[in-house]
Amino acid sequence: MSVVQKTRRGEVAIRDLSKSFALNGQRLNVLRNLDLAIKGGEALAIVGPSGCGKTTLLRVLAGLENPDQGEVLIDGQRVEGVGTERAIIFQEPRLLPWLTVLGNVSFGLQVRGHSPAEAEARARHYIRLVGLAEFETAFPRQLSGGMSQRVGIARALTVQPEILLLDEPLGALDAMTKLTMQEELARIWREEKVTMVLVTHDLEEAIFLADRVLVLPKEKGAMPRLIEVGLPRPRDRSETRFVEMRRRLMAEFGLH
Amino acid sequence: MTFQSLDTSSRVRPVEALPGAATLRRGVVASSRTILRRYGLLAGFLGLWQIGSTQGWINPTVFPPLDAILAALWQGLSGGALLDDIAISLQRSGLAFAAAVGLGIPLGLFMGQIRSVEQALDPILQFFRQTSALALYPVFILLLGLGEASKVFVIFWATLFPILLATIGGVKEVDRKLIEMAATFGASRARIFARVVLPAAVPAIFVGLRLSATTALLLLIAAEMIGANKGLGFQVMNAQYNFQIPQMFAAILLLAALGLAANAILVTLQRRLCRWADLT
Repeated sequence: MSVVQKTRRGEVAIRDLSKSFALNGQRLNVLRNLDLAIKGGEALAIVGPSGCGKTTLLRVLAGLENPDQGEVLIDGQRVEGVGTERAIIFQEPRLLPWLTVLGNVSFGLQVRGHSPAEAEARARHYIRLVGLAEFETAFPRQLSGGMSQRVGIARALTVQPEILLLDEPLGALDAMTKLTMQEELARIWREEKVTMVLVTHDLEEAIFLADRVLVLPKEKGAMPRLIEVGLPRPRDRSETRFVEMRRRLMAEFGLH
Repeated sequence: MTFQSLDTSSRVRPVEALPGAATLRRGVVASSRTILRRYGLLAGFLGLWQIGSTQGWINPTVFPPLDAILAALWQGLSGGALLDDIAISLQRSGLAFAAAVGLGIPLGLFMGQIRSVEQALDPILQFFRQTSALALYPVFILLLGLGEASKVFVIFWATLFPILLATIGGVKEVDRKLIEMAATFGASRARIFARVVLPAAVPAIFVGLRLSATTALLLLIAAEMIGANKGLGFQVMNAQYNFQIPQMFAAILLLAALGLAANAILVTLQRRLCRWADLT
């Protein structure tokens, strides 16, 4: 299957976005008047301490939550709920245990009304892309954590979104698998030419994958910061400039 | 690569790995040991009954030897007398069970989906569930007469609740995260129901079905002991009145076999439908 030509660009514009929650009777502002433009095909990482609103921001982008104020535009269109140009990869693989790998990966297309044959043909392409060709007929409970997450990635890619939203996708994996999967994500992003918005608490992961890193602070009054990574790809974690960038990002959180 | 070797190891199935003679022999030994462990005690019990009854350790008029019971069973079956009873018993319990399934599963699916409906009906359900169907049997007899209708209805009543409650529970316990995942792909409510909620609830529904099948046979006997002149439950009572103890045990044996068969059918069906779930 050939790479599908992208006609839409996958540009995201976030305008004056605010979102708060009621927690124990208190109003908790997690996002305050956020403005941000994400270029089509860009990889943006969102980092910050727990409770800074990074997952909330992703859920607003996904259309799973509505902002209190402001709006999100995708290619100039205001976001209202979920849309076919976006796909989400969750922290948990969220696979349907009664479907095989093939059934899970083709699920997205099937619920969108594509014929099973067409859905499965396209699913097979992405199953191969994530390196699970031999496991097409396996059921989720037979898979390891890393493999399950690959299935979740393939499922999101199969609907060929312009924007891939990743909510700490590697957070639950062991250190070794995580490194491998970071390489995989970098390759997939390069090959699929999608806009990628990645929420992570792993600063190294953010530097390894992203063009820019959005740092969301937790303290009241502190402003979000946008950091250009600007390192050549493929990136080398042990390279001086990479280490330098990590130090700089850690300093954002008062870490050394 | 570490990752790949981890992945392949989880796929190897030890049983299929080596179909050599040694493995086969080990398999036979292992399976016969499993059979012994599983049915050894039952075989011992039956053996003790047979010997005890023929040797006079236990009263053979109350506990006739197994061969007498089997002879009575064979006589009843080959003569066709018991076949009529089996047919009518199956008809009563089958009709009631089918009606309970036909009403309980759709209603349960509906109630589990819509919180307000579930909350409104739950107190009534809990009240009815706690009221023994046997206690209500006289009421049903008053309403429906002493014929087939009241018998089928009392069985239906008792079998409805396990199915209904299991289905509601199954629907309510579907992982919200899976539903959200389906929604992010733009699935409509109907699609989410058909492709996520329903398959996820199937194992829970089967728990209800198996419980109900057992209840159906339980209530069948009780119903047939009151005002019936046919059926296995009637035969148990009737044989006891006439002091035909081997015939009584033959009917009891048939009832047990019926229960085992019903459960086996449901387990097979469950295995086929829920191959993905770990079955115990």
